Amino acid sequence: MSVAHRVTGTGLYLGTVLIAAWLVAAASGPVAFDTAQAIAGSFLGRLVLFLYSFSLIHHMVGGLRHFVWDLGHGYDPETRMKLAKFTLVTSASLTVLVWIVALVLR
Amino acid sequence: MLSNSSMRTPLGRVRGLGSAKSGTGHFWLQRVTAVSNLVLAIIFIGVVIALAGRPYPAAIALLSQPCVAILMLLFILSACVHMRLGMQVIIEDYVHAEVPKILAVMGNTFFAIAVGAASVYAVLKLSFGG
Repeated sequence: MSVAHRVTGTGLYLGTVLIAAWLVAAASGPVAFDTAQAIAGSFLGRLVLFLYSFSLIHHMVGGLRHFVWDLGHGYDPETRMKLAKFTLVTSASLTVLVWIVALVLR
Repeated sequence: MLSNSSMRTPLGRVRGLGSAKSGTGHFWLQRVTAVSNLVLAIIFIGVVIALAGRPYPAAIALLSQPCVAILMLLFILSACVHMRLGMQVIIEDYVHAEVPKILAVMGNTFFAIAVGAASVYAVLKLSFGG
């Protein structure tokens, strides 16, 4: 799970290039923005967005676990196992929930 | 100089040669930005959902609202500081040769600043009227 935190963190790090590119496209005018939206809305674009949203939410929930440890709790094997399961289940469900909300609202 | 016959104590010889003494600052800033990211990223996800599939004028109208723009700027700052610190830890854990490590840590800083500057420029340009 520690490795997962690093893997998702690295993914988020590299993905900031895409977010910055998307913002710069929005600032460049309607033509560039429509191109960026078309890429983001394509199958590949949505796949990347889905993985990115999962990485972000997983990293956030995994980060909560680090707050628990920073406060000096949850070091025993049983709690660590519970926290790991909690991270996986919560981040997967939250990602699906976010996508349902996004698809319903658009 | 490091022989046992030196008049200086072992502690005296190594004092000042060790860490850059920024370890606790790094640790603390990583936690502070983790907390701010937690709040700001939830807002960011909300903004992205609100923007999904919107045409250009609607998207620009939302992004250029002062409150939205300020929150986006805070998120960019907080996220870039956080990711730079996190990647530095990963580099220091896995890259052990001195020169590649220094270059990687330096490149990491350049990357974080470049991404941050581009994003801040875009948000400011949008909110000051395209």
